[in-house]
Amino acid sequence: MAREITYIAAIMEGIHQEMSRDEDVLLIGQSVGGSPEDPFVAAFGPDRVRVTPISETAEIGMAAGAALAGKRPVVDCTMAEFLLVAMDQVVNEANRFHYMSGGRVTAPLVLKAGYGFTAGWAGQHTGSIYGMFMGVPGLKVALPSTPADAKGLMATAIRDDNPVLFLHHYLLTLETGDVPEGEHLVPFGQAAIVRPGTDVTLVATGWTVHRALEAAEELAADGVSVEVIDPRTIAPLDVDTVLASVERTGRLVLVDQATRHASVSAIIAAEVAEAGFASLRAPIVQVTALDAPIAYSKPMEDFVLPDVAKIVAGVRRAVDATVPHDAATAVR
Amino acid sequence: MTASVHRDVSTAAPTPDVLRDLLTTMWRIRAFEERVGALKRADEVHGLIHLSIGGEGVAAAVCRQLRDGDAVYSGHRAHGHAVAKGTPLDRTMAELMGREDGLCSGMGGSMHLVDVAHGFLGATGVVGGNIPLALGSALAAKQRGTDAVAVVFFGDGAVQAGLFTESVNLATLWRLPVLLVCENNGFAEFTPRSAHTTVERVSDVVAPYPLPRTTVDGNEVGEVWSAFSELLARARAGEGPALLECLTHRLRGHYEGDPDRYREAVSTEDWQRKDPILRLQRAGHDAGWLAADEPAALEAAARAEVDEAVAWARSSPFPAVARAAALVESGGAR
Repeated sequence: MAREITYIAAIMEGIHQEMSRDEDVLLIGQSVGGSPEDPFVAAFGPDRVRVTPISETAEIGMAAGAALAGKRPVVDCTMAEFLLVAMDQVVNEANRFHYMSGGRVTAPLVLKAGYGFTAGWAGQHTGSIYGMFMGVPGLKVALPSTPADAKGLMATAIRDDNPVLFLHHYLLTLETGDVPEGEHLVPFGQAAIVRPGTDVTLVATGWTVHRALEAAEELAADGVSVEVIDPRTIAPLDVDTVLASVERTGRLVLVDQATRHASVSAIIAAEVAEAGFASLRAPIVQVTALDAPIAYSKPMEDFVLPDVAKIVAGVRRAVDATVPHDAATAVR
Repeated sequence: MTASVHRDVSTAAPTPDVLRDLLTTMWRIRAFEERVGALKRADEVHGLIHLSIGGEGVAAAVCRQLRDGDAVYSGHRAHGHAVAKGTPLDRTMAELMGREDGLCSGMGGSMHLVDVAHGFLGATGVVGGNIPLALGSALAAKQRGTDAVAVVFFGDGAVQAGLFTESVNLATLWRLPVLLVCENNGFAEFTPRSAHTTVERVSDVVAPYPLPRTTVDGNEVGEVWSAFSELLARARAGEGPALLECLTHRLRGHYEGDPDRYREAVSTEDWQRKDPILRLQRAGHDAGWLAADEPAALEAAARAEVDEAVAWARSSPFPAVARAAALVESGGAR
């Protein structure tokens, strides 16, 4: 039975249900369990719901050690940028133990953090920095765009035996959507085709999925049929769904809030250029943020980021730039 | 609980049987390490190798008092801790030689030894990175209601890293059963302690925190044993973390191949005074629990065991390269 709840409520519901299901699941963070009335403290007690000092390295490292010892900690790291304080523990310890031990230990750890808070939070609190984690061996990365996916990906993350970076988009926090009430799991590595179409494949993550859908609606009025794909997890990355779509549409537009050279779109573009070249009827178009920090000034913030108008323009560029398929194949 | 510095470690002295056990372990580590050094020079052991010759007393005295269910974490200089905790010499040697039958199937190597069955949860290669991991093992033990503890070995160089203080703060705040064992050999990699900090003793760094802290002569194995015994009993009884600082000497350079120009060579006489094995043997002869011919027999037995380990390791194949990416992620879920 689904009902409409917010994105953040869906995430917390996913954690709550997994804590009920498995007593090894812990919730740890710098601002969790603030009072005895807190729903997590009330349900699971202060031993499993633990507030930590502002010590990201010790906090994440301690959780990683607990994971190696069989616990399944969820660390609420608050903001994605705070992970940068503890990079050794995020990308060089728990995520490598399975491999370095020859497969003998696992580290089931979830690092939850918000990102992309482009609401005047300026240079150090607005980044879409998932690009620097998606190529890290042993670390999975989830980027939910809807409340239902947020709950389902969180549940899957907690049950996964590997470290998972669960990055939720701050601008979606209070967006609502239908979410199943009971157990709800969304598999990793399976992209969602959130709007089918035939002329152009449009891939987006997080908050930009909704901007891509708006752009698709606008383009439909002009007779351009856009297929919108949300990878949902970027590690593992479902390249096959994108390739299959490009095979049908022949055109690929990638939307990404990240800086262009550390974006998911750059990776997908490379994969499709290598494995899907014969399908392409136009150059791949990337609609990304600039390779710049996010400015504080509102007009400048808007200028840096992808928006509906830029996505529409990107799709038109792909459609207008169409080359004869024979020419494309002749190059080979 | 108040902070206290325990310097009187006369209580709980190890028995002659325990001391003989410790001596046996120290010889096993010494023979293993010397052989690893030789194999490194012969390129049979490849990669970055840090030997623990000189630190055997600390490894032996601490690990002899632990159980398989207690977690031990070590750093880049990990072989001695692993052997003392019970990892088999043959599979440990096979790991250093990058073989399929190594502790980690040849995928971890010298700085990433793991042996879950013996509670050697792991060595990590980034200085200090292991300290918060040990806190996590301690938290898990505490939450399960057991009296198991976690022990983490680190050098004095790790103490200047922010995560050391973060970890001490968190361990005391949550009263975690974790024992922080610092091997202070006076050098942080290539630099004397005096060039890194104004605080001479590591035990003084944690002075503001409510945990017992003890500094002992790490070359005096009985002293290490007694001091650790007291701190371990507290941790098992739920009384929280403790710090043991062991003043040791690293006979070899930071890594094998290190030109070691940053410190003066120790004279043979000096080393014979410091060497924890020779010291224990002298003490054993003086006290009468060690017969005159026993050291030679212990050394010979240790070297024979290492010979067998090397032969066994050599007979193990290298892991199939086709599996290079197979273990990046676990396929498991709960």
